[in-house]
Amino acid sequence: MPSLGADMESGVLLEWLVHPGDRVRKGDIVAVVDTAKAAVEVECFDTGVIERLLVEPGTRVPVGTALAMIATVPDPALHQARVTGAGPAGEPAQAAGRTAVPVTSPLVRQLAAERHIDLGSVPGTGPGGRVTRADLQAAARVVPEAPPVPDGARVRASPLARRLATELGVDLGTVAGHGPGDTVDAEDVRRAAAERLDRRSTAGLPSTADRASAMRTQIASLMARSKREIPHYYLTETVDLAAAMTWLRARNRELPVPGRLVPAALLLKAAALAIRAVPDLNGFVVDGQFTRAEAVHLGVAISLRGGGLVAPAIHDADRLALTELMAKLKDLVLRTRAGRLRRAELSDPTITVSNLGEQGVESILGVIYPPQVALVGFGTVSDRPWAIDGLLGVRPLVTVSLAADHRVTDGASGARYLLAIRQLLQRPEEL
Amino acid sequence: MKPEDMDRLIRTALREVAPDADLAQLGADADLREALGLDSLDFLRVVELLSQRTGHRIDEEDYPRLATITSATTFLSDRAAVR
Amino acid sequence: MADTTYREAIREAIREAMRRDERVFLMGEDVGPYGGAFGVSLGLLEEFGPERIRDTPLSESAFVGAGIGAALGGMRPIVEVMTVNFSLLALDQIINNAATLLHMSGGQFAVPLVIRMTTGAGRQLAAQHSHSLEGWYAHIPGLRILAPATVADARGMLWPALRCPDPVLIFEYGGLYNASGELDGGAAVDIDTAAVRRPGSDVTIIGYGGTLSTSLTAADRLADDGIDAEVVDLRTLRPLDDATLLDSVRRTHRAVIVDEGWRSGSLSAEISARITEQAFYDLDAPVARVCSAEVPIPYARHMEQAALPQPAGVVAAVRAALGRSDG
Repeated sequence: MPSLGADMESGVLLEWLVHPGDRVRKGDIVAVVDTAKAAVEVECFDTGVIERLLVEPGTRVPVGTALAMIATVPDPALHQARVTGAGPAGEPAQAAGRTAVPVTSPLVRQLAAERHIDLGSVPGTGPGGRVTRADLQAAARVVPEAPPVPDGARVRASPLARRLATELGVDLGTVAGHGPGDTVDAEDVRRAAAERLDRRSTAGLPSTADRASAMRTQIASLMARSKREIPHYYLTETVDLAAAMTWLRARNRELPVPGRLVPAALLLKAAALAIRAVPDLNGFVVDGQFTRAEAVHLGVAISLRGGGLVAPAIHDADRLALTELMAKLKDLVLRTRAGRLRRAELSDPTITVSNLGEQGVESILGVIYPPQVALVGFGTVSDRPWAIDGLLGVRPLVTVSLAADHRVTDGASGARYLLAIRQLLQRPEEL
Repeated sequence: MKPEDMDRLIRTALREVAPDADLAQLGADADLREALGLDSLDFLRVVELLSQRTGHRIDEEDYPRLATITSATTFLSDRAAVR
Repeated sequence: MADTTYREAIREAIREAMRRDERVFLMGEDVGPYGGAFGVSLGLLEEFGPERIRDTPLSESAFVGAGIGAALGGMRPIVEVMTVNFSLLALDQIINNAATLLHMSGGQFAVPLVIRMTTGAGRQLAAQHSHSLEGWYAHIPGLRILAPATVADARGMLWPALRCPDPVLIFEYGGLYNASGELDGGAAVDIDTAAVRRPGSDVTIIGYGGTLSTSLTAADRLADDGIDAEVVDLRTLRPLDDATLLDSVRRTHRAVIVDEGWRSGSLSAEISARITEQAFYDLDAPVARVCSAEVPIPYARHMEQAALPQPAGVVAAVRAALGRSDG
């Protein structure tokens, strides 16, 4: 069970997306885990063949528990069992279940490979506990049908089925094939996509009320830890958005609705870019030690309709064009509310932005998400009086705030960060 | 399009964007963004759906006229009449 | 509209061409008083005289070469070669001369020659008279290769072939000479595109010449099973009409090619390659081929039939492509 956030202690395995015998690659999505915040897709960290699933769907297990056995297969004769799962810090706990490779004769190894028998699972009666040919024959009788690994263990699917599977987000490894030679064909993929929809709507997911209360508990524990451990300091700055809003309106006028930007996209981009001025606001404190993050993964606090809050990440937000950032934002909000986030999005924001201004509040003094070291808040954008060149005028203003970890930065750095945001927002066309 | 059809079209779009909102309790003159807790992305999605389904262009300047069900119905009916 | 045979349709096409253009003449073995080995030119000698309906010595190389010379000299010759097997004696004339002269002369000399020949098996004429070698000619740049599979194409392809500035080879399928069909007037047809002979949605069966009827028969049987097959007739073997083929496969997602040539290095191989090159991500099953057994075509009737593509084989290939097991 991987750690999907600093505050996560356990998770419920909702669904396996792979079966024993399936070949998996590093980065493949293999399971769905419920973390009380959301159903999260879990990626595999190793490449090999799934030998055994250790945890039944619907079971709650602590972080670090082995979920499945993966056999790595550089040499099929040396099936090497590994345990998938991850330690609390998100580090793969790959050493945990590794079995020693038994010393055997080449003949025995070849026979084992031919019969798809994992030598590590065969008790040896030979000298020094070696597996002998007789042991192997005994094992073969016990498990006559070890799941045959098909040639290359690649899913056999038609090109059209592969294309459709990508488009419909169907994992081909979970689809039974009814095409020629039992390959997966387009019809199989369409059926699987339809069945998945059915399952989603009727699956025994934790009830909304359960999830809401679990989430409440988690937020409570995380925020209490933040306030207990992190010496926060707060800065606010009011920024004139006249240039930004004018530019945005002119741009949106040219575009159909789906292409339009919301002001939040500008604010997020500015918050991400300003990190370059003060990189020490971007990173983690682990065991009292600060590590600066290389990339800017901007956590975006998204409120859920049923109550509660999730802050998944927009990766490399400082490098995205505004339109890309807007598209990612839309997608992230949609998937967050549908409860379908990816593991990396939940576990690795490097700084978080709260945009409570959407709800009409003037400013936010936020609580930092540990182990991050800063939280940026944007209040509502509203027309207010503002002095310009010695005269009073009415301008669209936003109050930007920063809550930062005093163990890592001081007020002066924080001030530079807010200044950078202000300057960036005066030149919206360069964002 | 009759006003009641327009009303249904607007409520359908709202239900899609905020599936858990209680639309039955939503008054015709309530501020939609406040009553339903729509953020700017939600609202943009509502605009997108209404624009698609009525075939009318909706500019940012028009957004204030989509504030309540009543005003949105009037606005979209006006647009239909112009065409 | 009267029923016309494939043989009569070709004869009518020759007659019309000879009447319309005095540069057109027919030559070949026994095309005169005998009326041609397959009876195509019966009666033409009487109408047009020995100057324009010319019997030739039994030397394919010589009379095809003479045809090339006549074409270069401004005539519009129709050369009849009895079967494609015999055309091998004229390979040098066809491939080294007819197909290349336009290129070798820097665009000065076109060769507006039409060569007609019979192809295909099924009439117990044994291995030296029954092979389907049109795929070889379809390999050669500079040639245009036609394969009329219907009475209308037999009637309508000759005139546009004679108007074509390049050498055109017309492959008449021997088993079709007695086939009849309705002929509506006899308008010239295009010689550029393939034709969808039967629309369908589940699989594309691709045939030409003699295998069109095999394909259509198979499609009828498949319809009884609820399988809706589309049948495409290639019509022109070179240049291949990729657009029509690919459009069909992109709709049905499956292709079965029926070719009386042998599988290895064949026209069916070329078509299969083009489909996988250009429509790979639309394919829902491997492209399948139904071809002749890789043996010289046997003489004995039951063996000959066993060696040739049959509707049952096409039905089986289609069912396999759809993942339906037989039985």
